[in-house]
Amino acid sequence: MTDVAIDAHDLTRTFGSFTAVDRITFDVRAGEVFGFLGANGAGKTTAIRMLTGLLTPSGGAAKVAGHDVYTESEAIKRTIGYMSQRFSLYEDLSPRENIRLYGGIYDLTLKQIRERSEQMLSRLGMGAAAGRPVRELPLGWRQKLALSVALLHRPAIVFLDEPTSGVDPVTRRQFWELIYETARGGTTVLVTTHYMDEAEYCDRISIMVAGRIGALGTPAELKQQFVVSSIDDLFVRLARPGSDPDAGAK
Amino acid sequence: MSNSVTADRVVKAFGANTALDRVSFDVRAGELFGFIGPDGGGKTTLFRILVTVMTPDSGRATVLGLDVVRDMWAIRQRVGYMPGRFSLYPDLSVEENLRFFAAVFDTTVEASYDQIAPIYEQLAPFKDRRAAALSGGMKQKLALCCALVHKPEVLFLDEPTTGVDAVSRREFWDLLGRLRDGGLTIVVSTPYMDEADRCDRVALIQRGRLLAVDTPRTIAESFDRPLIGIRAARRYEALLALRRFPHVHSVLPFGEVHHYTDTRADASAGALVSELRQFLEREGIGGAEVTPVAPTVEDAFIARMGNPEAAEAPDPAGSGRGTRD
Amino acid sequence: MRSLLGLLRKEVQHIRRDPRTLAVVLMLPVVQVVLFGFAIRTDVDHVRLAIVDPAPDETTLAMRSRFTSAGVFEVKAVLQRLEDLEPLFQSGDIQEGVVFERDFAAKLRDGDAQMLIVTDGTEPNTASLLQAYAQSVVFAYQRESAGVGRSSPGGLAITAQVRTRFNPTRESSNLFVPGLMAFVLTIISSLMTAISLTREKETGTLEALLVSPLRPWSIIVGKVFPYLVIGFISAIAVIVEARLIFHVPMRGSLLLLLADALLFILASLSLGILVSARTSSQRVAMMGAALATMLPNILLSGFIFPVESMPLALRLLSNLIPGRWFVEIARGIMLKGVGLEYVWPQSVVLVVMSLVLLTAAARSFNARLE
Repeated sequence: MTDVAIDAHDLTRTFGSFTAVDRITFDVRAGEVFGFLGANGAGKTTAIRMLTGLLTPSGGAAKVAGHDVYTESEAIKRTIGYMSQRFSLYEDLSPRENIRLYGGIYDLTLKQIRERSEQMLSRLGMGAAAGRPVRELPLGWRQKLALSVALLHRPAIVFLDEPTSGVDPVTRRQFWELIYETARGGTTVLVTTHYMDEAEYCDRISIMVAGRIGALGTPAELKQQFVVSSIDDLFVRLARPGSDPDAGAK
Repeated sequence: MSNSVTADRVVKAFGANTALDRVSFDVRAGELFGFIGPDGGGKTTLFRILVTVMTPDSGRATVLGLDVVRDMWAIRQRVGYMPGRFSLYPDLSVEENLRFFAAVFDTTVEASYDQIAPIYEQLAPFKDRRAAALSGGMKQKLALCCALVHKPEVLFLDEPTTGVDAVSRREFWDLLGRLRDGGLTIVVSTPYMDEADRCDRVALIQRGRLLAVDTPRTIAESFDRPLIGIRAARRYEALLALRRFPHVHSVLPFGEVHHYTDTRADASAGALVSELRQFLEREGIGGAEVTPVAPTVEDAFIARMGNPEAAEAPDPAGSGRGTRD
Repeated sequence: MRSLLGLLRKEVQHIRRDPRTLAVVLMLPVVQVVLFGFAIRTDVDHVRLAIVDPAPDETTLAMRSRFTSAGVFEVKAVLQRLEDLEPLFQSGDIQEGVVFERDFAAKLRDGDAQMLIVTDGTEPNTASLLQAYAQSVVFAYQRESAGVGRSSPGGLAITAQVRTRFNPTRESSNLFVPGLMAFVLTIISSLMTAISLTREKETGTLEALLVSPLRPWSIIVGKVFPYLVIGFISAIAVIVEARLIFHVPMRGSLLLLLADALLFILASLSLGILVSARTSSQRVAMMGAALATMLPNILLSGFIFPVESMPLALRLLSNLIPGRWFVEIARGIMLKGVGLEYVWPQSVVLVVMSLVLLTAAARSFNARLE
């Protein structure tokens, strides 16, 4: 496998006369935690859909885990993990049952499912809750469980769409520790988030503005380059170029 | 100074789940007051009780001196409410939505134009566009206008910035500041801890309880022990190493910097700094910057919230985020 | 293969954990079979019969007692003049009339006596049965009295002519379409309000609307009124279709029919609101509205299966269904050409039902979220 997990070159997507993604070029290295940021409507969701094999690009090229997004979208779906903000797990099934279901979908053997299930549940410290329906679990546990399930089949790359929305600050950080662990294990993680402090947890980030990539690099590099003290300020500088990022703070 | 909103030991439970557990607080007239806390904390339930669409199981609450149970219709005339997640008519245009809400309150858009003008200016180019076709930031501004169109005396905004990008959030808070400066009392809820600093006073709310009610600065400064910030190139390794430090109370990532607190109550910041620096060197984490840092509201929240998994309470928000009970 | 099994297992788990849906799905066929089984009876009892006997003699009296003792007939009136038959048909008091001519006995001895059997053609399924019953009584009498008086071998001494009132050609569309109108109008009306109300709940706008000076009744009126207008236009369209495409007659007053249609639509709109009072999902509300209107209207409104044939319990139940009353009104006005003097009882029932349902709908609509 190559060193580059995701490689996009001039990737484009239009919807009629509207260009949602306008020739973006970037790469994500294997084992990296990459923050894929941007305002709503900037083209983030469309870009991710193209990379996860859900949408065919209108132009440009991209490879995900070595597979071409135009011709090998099924292979991509099998190789990646995906955790969406809108849906994570089946509410009326228990964590164990959810794991078993997804294990089956990704063609794991029963033995593998059993082993990984036990591993996962003890790492999360769920105890008896593992037998109750997911609906009854606190939000934080659900999120961590959803991440674990997305990783069940040991994908090379995992896409996380706003995984920590609405969760308490401690659980959020615990979640990010899980992300770090995962990345250290060799999995590439692509994350989108609206929490700008989480952007700082990433190895590198990109910020999309109006369909193009406005910034790409490590958080430290970008802060230096744009002369701002936080990623939040960087965002403002990119999205509203003439405005003073310090004007809003009290 | 009079109180625009008061609550006295408000309790609300849904079946076995206690959404609000003896919540008490006051909001002064002309204040920008924030409820800060994650999902499931009870913010939406509290707001619903204050705007009279739900009643408390016990305890009392008043808005503008009127009781939320007995004086329901009087309150509804005088408050503005933006329930969570953009409650606009998706198939009506910007202008049609505004006109509708004005008509419901027996007034016109023109009558309140001076107050909503700064917000509406940003929407004006889209005035004929259907609400469903607006971006998140625009929807939120339109919802704000609709809540203001009848010139309320108190504005209740339930998570108006959730799911919206950082820039729009910032602009929204600028607008709120201007409205407050114009004399409006505003009560907002948000899960974003950094927004606490935009408020005059905040209440930290977690699992139906208020952890603190005060100005953001006072709450941050109420942090009862020294807080040390560690910045290292190999962040994750530094984190794991610090966990191994014998006197560690908590170490949590805060962006680029890890926040560390110690179990020894009498330790001084200076001593901790040098101890940690030496410890990290020994652990192989060289070149780390170790300095005391000023605590933020988030640090205070974390210190007070306790263990998130301690009480295995089912999530009162029910199935998934974004749904309201 | 494993993934398929996994999916199957998941579906079973979902089903097991949703006991309410399971109960409905298992119970519904059972309930339906029972209801259908009892409601679908194509044989008729208690045929309401009138006899016109201008000059009773020993033959007509003998035949009349045959009708009385046949068991299926309920002799509602014995009349002297043919003209007195029509009003009874119009009011729905009788379903069938048997007319003897003058000097029946004498004509029979001479070998040729005439009778007239008239049936109410607005009853689908039953008109031919009614005829057959009456005819069989006549034939039975003939056979038994073949020895009396002159008879030609194999010949019929009594000729019974058969007429069908109101629907002489027995167009089935005439029979079904008025009832179909009721069926269609009630479904769409209840659906419209159910969807409108739950759509507001789903978008979250209802919550914002509650925190305003608007009282529940004004929200309800605001929701019902536009759909009343739409329903009315629908009703006109349906009547136009019935006339143009199916040539269903319009013998009575169109205005009266439309007025009653308006009442009926109002009742159905209120029903839609009641059904969606406790749900916040459009899909559930749609199903609830369809269920609350379709099944009762198909089975119990009399539009397909005659109400008279049903067991007492179901007949009583059918009185509660607005559709049943509107079907009678529609048939009466369109096919029988009757006016307010005949349909006023049914119209009053519709007025009362509309008021009751509307009030219940307004009450069910909470000024709060709980």
